[in-house]
Amino acid sequence: MHKWRAGMVLVAFTLVPGVSFADSGSKLLATGGASTIEGAGGGGIVPWATLSSYADVGEWGATVNVSEVAVDDFRLSVQGASLSWNNRVEVSYARQTFDLSTIGGELEQNILGVKARLFGDLLYGNLPQVSVGLQHKSNQSFALPSAVGATEDSDTDYYLSAAKAWLDGPFHRTWVANVTARRTRANQIGLLGFGGDVDDSAEWVAEASVAAFINRYWAVGVEYRQKPDNLSFADEQDWRDVFVAYFPSKRVSIVGAYTDLGSIAGLDDQTGWYLSLQAAF
Amino acid sequence: MKALMLTAALLLTPLASAQSLYDQLGQKQGISAIVEEMLYRVGGDERIVHHFDGVDIMRVHQLITEQVCNVVGGPCEYSGESMRVSHEGMGVTHADFNALVEHLIVAMEKHEVPVAAQNQLLAKLAPMYDDIVE
Ligand code: HEM
Repeated sequence: MHKWRAGMVLVAFTLVPGVSFADSGSKLLATGGASTIEGAGGGGIVPWATLSSYADVGEWGATVNVSEVAVDDFRLSVQGASLSWNNRVEVSYARQTFDLSTIGGELEQNILGVKARLFGDLLYGNLPQVSVGLQHKSNQSFALPSAVGATEDSDTDYYLSAAKAWLDGPFHRTWVANVTARRTRANQIGLLGFGGDVDDSAEWVAEASVAAFINRYWAVGVEYRQKPDNLSFADEQDWRDVFVAYFPSKRVSIVGAYTDLGSIAGLDDQTGWYLSLQAAF
Repeated sequence: MKALMLTAALLLTPLASAQSLYDQLGQKQGISAIVEEMLYRVGGDERIVHHFDGVDIMRVHQLITEQVCNVVGGPCEYSGESMRVSHEGMGVTHADFNALVEHLIVAMEKHEVPVAAQNQLLAKLAPMYDDIVE
């Protein structure tokens, strides 16, 4: 992980000599968003059209992040990092470990993501900021997913996101909304493999987030994420969360959430806590 | 969701002030001080200070003060050029614009302008983006 991060920063410097990480970037506080559990910049569970870090036009930025989700019978640990350039492109990586606390055992997955802003801007102009992205996921522990009917151990999700901020929204607060359409056949985001005995083809799912900034540093919001249901052995349900985000500076952000992951692998009502920490450079 | 909205409503309502935006910014005197603080900070910002080489900063201070006073409903006439004409050919980028906005926000925070008033002013200035940035 540390080796990899150092490598990325090194690549950034050697590819573009003379360009430095200007302070922590010129984008406004919080407009880099938080880090999602799949590594991309966004809310907690939904990738947003915004790009990670504060890298504005002509700047580079990077983030490293860790997240933990603890629900009744499972625990998800994520380590991730991202590199962004020019408020245009974001490359991200995440490693997920899913601890099957009650059932016993562990599932692992690696996700390489790329996201590009197509047009528009989160804050300025009439158009929303619109980005496209992909997430290439490789399940590292396919024995169990395969045993319960998953057909593939790796696959790629594609998504289109639109985000807009209302500087002076309801209650004279700044509000941000994001909608994402994702084409996927991942089971439990890929932790249970891809495709299945019920449905083996990719489908479009909808994801959305809304947040209100109480002031420059604190935001509260909700997220919703539709999911496929490809396996006959257990129902898969949509995910949702209610979160509080704190951006004390452009260097650090912290997100805490109460999350409802529905039924996972036959164990119902998986609710619990989510905590995510991000450092930006 | 409903409970959250209700809590948010209860939390936020008392924060919206009955005072006019112009008053919350401290009237003409307050606005002048905020713009001065902003320009002072711009002067120390190596990312954007080059745009102001050879510029009569006292004049720009007076004109931005007039303009802000005017857009927030104060008793002021703006006597300068349009935003498109005055920033033409300057090559102001998205990053430059954000840098100036950041200095304005810090200046407003220093002058203890309530968040609701800050947001109202920012929402009045943000639409000028398309005329200023190329
Ligand atoms: C919402 C944002 C902005 C507002 C409201 C604003 C407002 C103004 C006003 C009222 C003037 C005087 C116009 C005149 O000469 O008649 C002015 C001039 C100027 N502005 Fe801006 N401005 C903004 C953003 C920027 C940015 C981001 C930059 C560069 C970083 C910039 C650089 C300048 C310069 C260099 C002048 C002096 C032009 C000259 O006298 O030749 N402005 N601005």
